Amino acid sequence: MNGRMAFPPWATALMLLALAAFVVLVVLSIRRNRGFRRTLFSFPYSLWIVVFTIIPLLLIGYYAFTDRMGQFTLDNFKTFWDSNFEMNKQLTQLGFDPAALGSARGTVNVDTLVYSLWMALACTLICLLIGYPAALFMADRNFRLGSTLVILFIIPMWMNFLLRTIAWMSLLEDNGLINTLLKALGLPKAQLMYNSQAVLLGMVYNYLPFMVFPIYNSLSKQDRRLTEASMDLGANPALTFLKVTMPLSLPGVVSGITMVFMPSVTTFFIPRVLGGGNTEMFGDLIERTFLSADNWNVGSALSLIMMVLILLSLSLLRKVDPEGEGGSMI
Amino acid sequence: MTRFLKRGYLALVLLFLYVPIVVLIIQSFNAGVSRAKWEGFSLKWYIDLFRSPAIMNALYITLTIALLSALIATVLGTLAAIGIHAMQRRPQGLMMTLTNIPMTMPDIVTGISLMLLFIFTQVPRGYVTMLLAHITFNIPYVILSVMPKLKQMNRFSYEAALDLGATPGYALRRVILPAVMPGVVTGALLSFTLSLDDFTISYFTTSPLVQNLSTLIYSEARKGIKPTMNALSALMFVSLLVLLLAVNRRVSRTNEN
Repeated sequence: MNGRMAFPPWATALMLLALAAFVVLVVLSIRRNRGFRRTLFSFPYSLWIVVFTIIPLLLIGYYAFTDRMGQFTLDNFKTFWDSNFEMNKQLTQLGFDPAALGSARGTVNVDTLVYSLWMALACTLICLLIGYPAALFMADRNFRLGSTLVILFIIPMWMNFLLRTIAWMSLLEDNGLINTLLKALGLPKAQLMYNSQAVLLGMVYNYLPFMVFPIYNSLSKQDRRLTEASMDLGANPALTFLKVTMPLSLPGVVSGITMVFMPSVTTFFIPRVLGGGNTEMFGDLIERTFLSADNWNVGSALSLIMMVLILLSLSLLRKVDPEGEGGSMI
Repeated sequence: MTRFLKRGYLALVLLFLYVPIVVLIIQSFNAGVSRAKWEGFSLKWYIDLFRSPAIMNALYITLTIALLSALIATVLGTLAAIGIHAMQRRPQGLMMTLTNIPMTMPDIVTGISLMLLFIFTQVPRGYVTMLLAHITFNIPYVILSVMPKLKQMNRFSYEAALDLGATPGYALRRVILPAVMPGVVTGALLSFTLSLDDFTISYFTTSPLVQNLSTLIYSEARKGIKPTMNALSALMFVSLLVLLLAVNRRVSRTNEN
């Protein structure tokens, strides 16, 4: 607790400096602009960004690189790698040899990250496998209902996401609807909840629309004359799909992947409701480190690692899709 | 035959999306508390709902925050979009990058970073901090809805208005605003609904004493959700449906233009 009070003056000064530098930068760069007076309209927003986006991020950076006393340290990142790091350090200071006491490297944090990445990857793949055909069928011009059906994909997202996830509980739990149905059919009970599959189901359920939309957008914008030309030139439907339709829909696929993968890495709450003991994901870990363990420094380091990962994957995906196709999501 | 298969596939996927929602709505009419057993039709939970001060209070907070944050974000965001649009290339790029940051940041990081800010500046967390957080995550969406409209606009009409003697404020009101209005309305509706549905960011920026519906549901999730919550969400679902239809009409109309 006392670590928080020890916020040194130089950090405050640094932040004020960043604020001043930003304002000067903006003012300097708009100086010789004809629309100068109009650019002033964005001034309240510039200030808002600085106070509510940049400074909070700097705070995360500050806590990630300092210890509880406000001294510079890299220990928080070492704790990410080895969750027993702080304990072992204290043991060493007391004159014990951690290795001799059998205190090995704690892999909880890294394991959780790897598990989250796998889950996010699996969720993205399943969403793609389910979502692509759905988008393809809806984008079919001979299918009049298509554009109405797309709306049906949005509507579920407007019910509170927590309640939707909880609703799955009443389907999956031991005395839930599915098991009642199985019992009525004379089949044995199935353990459907409290495992990774249930969490995955919840994730796919929540993120599927984010995959369907951009793909549908890029498919329905395609010039149908291209497929007609391909057919006229002798390609069968399968070859037309492989050589024309699919490659042209790739930008939509890329933004679909982005929009599913990003939020699913940091999935929060779903593992807690549908998952069991070993299904904690990175979002829950960050929350637990901050609020339950009350360790802001390690929590900030974890958040920073998360953000770097997301920025890296974003820049990778941007390379495939420079225009950011289908980013509009309403 | 393939047509039948295609439609069957779509029906299956939609079934997957709607089953939990239908279950939830049916439960809200169940006379008993049990989630699995049907004990007869009843409107009991709907009556209880309006008698529960905790839920009514949370509903009030959710709705006022959604309205206020949408309103403020729309004003700030629209002004910002007009300003950014008038900027030269490089500062414009910088501002758009900064606008994209909150949209690419995971919700949990946004929430935590704002929580750190409020604790650091010793602002007690509650209604105001939640409102500030909601405005923060709404502004980028307003800017991104208004920006395309500005780009479609004739860039000389504003200057023409000035040459003809309009003050900048007058030209803004009479020339720019009418042209970007569809984008402004879309941005406002989008902000409203995003704010209504938010859980993660609210969770980190409010105190346990000031709860919106999402954080209330979260705190009840461990004890088990009461059917009153189902009743409320069924009601809200229907009202959101109406709102969504309005947005969608507007979006498809603006897309045609």
